[in-house]
Amino acid sequence: MSAPGQYSGSQGRGEVSLGARFALLAIVSLALMLLDHQANHLARVRQALLIIVYPIQMLVDVPSDVWQSLHGWVTEREALLAENEQLKRERLSVNFRLQRLDTLEAENRRLRELLDSTEALGHRVLIAEVLAVDLDPYRQRFNLNRGLQDGVFVGQALLDADGVVGQVVEVGPFTSEAVLITDADHAVPVSLNRNGLRTIAVGTGESNRLRLPYLTNSADVVAGDLLISSGLGGVFPSGYPVARVLEVQVRPGQSFAEVIAEPVSKLDRDQEVLLVWTEDNAPPAETARLAGEL
Amino acid sequence: MAHRDYDWLTPALTLVGALILAALPLPESVAAFRPDWAVIVLLYWSLIAPRRYGLLTALWMGLALDTLSGALLGQHALALLIVVYLSQRFYLRIRVFPVSQLAVTVVLLLSLYQFTLFWIDGVAGRTVPLIERWGPVITGAVVFALILTAFERRRQAAAARM
Repeated sequence: MSAPGQYSGSQGRGEVSLGARFALLAIVSLALMLLDHQANHLARVRQALLIIVYPIQMLVDVPSDVWQSLHGWVTEREALLAENEQLKRERLSVNFRLQRLDTLEAENRRLRELLDSTEALGHRVLIAEVLAVDLDPYRQRFNLNRGLQDGVFVGQALLDADGVVGQVVEVGPFTSEAVLITDADHAVPVSLNRNGLRTIAVGTGESNRLRLPYLTNSADVVAGDLLISSGLGGVFPSGYPVARVLEVQVRPGQSFAEVIAEPVSKLDRDQEVLLVWTEDNAPPAETARLAGEL
Repeated sequence: MAHRDYDWLTPALTLVGALILAALPLPESVAAFRPDWAVIVLLYWSLIAPRRYGLLTALWMGLALDTLSGALLGQHALALLIVVYLSQRFYLRIRVFPVSQLAVTVVLLLSLYQFTLFWIDGVAGRTVPLIERWGPVITGAVVFALILTAFERRRQAAAARM
């Protein structure tokens, strides 16, 4: 397409007209999108680009970092003492529960040996800081300050103190990107803690809601039921709390009930999350090798 | 009027600044009204100095946005390319528009930008909740009008040079 010379605006560049250049670059970006959409053809390109935008991510994170350290400076002594007191109390009760857990774990292992079943219980975790970077208000995603050099891999599960948070979808050398379980594109295989009923919890795009669209009207589920990760699918380790059922609406005339659940982890308030390595979701050889290179 | 060439530093800094503003965390209630900083700044420079800041700059900015936001690689790039192509095609007319007419043009361009992003999400099968998308368009047009008025002299100089 040749533009009228007067408007073409390409005289500076000489030969090629504006329309032609636009068409060329548009095709380039379309091709990029196709490649990116198909599979992981562009993993390397993305990693390179992530290095370029790394300073921007760091700069953006500065204000909230500064705010937090300022907050630490000016917090009053009484408030700190009160917090300290509360933490001590919490630690006591947690320790108490841990004591019981130790005996239970030992007993569990013994019983499993008797049954001759093997289930990996050993998990390795790494604390990652959530970067205050936020671009798309329509997606439930965030960036972490850990990347390939820490051995992070795509598909790695994220937990916090209360339960399952999400999984890693993109890994750069120093940072990685994670998607929350409430993202509209995300689903977690779960089971009901009370009776082991297995189903799938789908994100809604709201940070405090999950849907369970595949439970029939007759399914044994009531408000208050705890959903734990079932371990199917191999991304999330089994047995961690995911959400609590908020309401169950039986819809006569339709085969599935409308079940809404609320995540137990503090998805929108987390500053730090745990990256989990389990024995059965250990990083694939390739990622490990990449991490070694860096 | 003899006019010195613009330095490259100001545009470069403002473009990077736009990326930072685009990624800065905002409270959820305000986030839906975050103007599309990258489009605004890019549009401004492509009107002021169309020969330097055009399609290629748009491509780079778009790729940076895609990487920052974890969008499909090329999504923001294509949306920016379309906007900048249109502005470059008609920059001579747009530049002499009165501010009111300019605001309408910018609203149209920003809507087109949002629509392109939304459309690509749809084609790629990414589920995007239907939240109002006009928020950034309105605030963006206002911000653009403010920037143009604030730097009116630069615009007139650019128009006079042609």
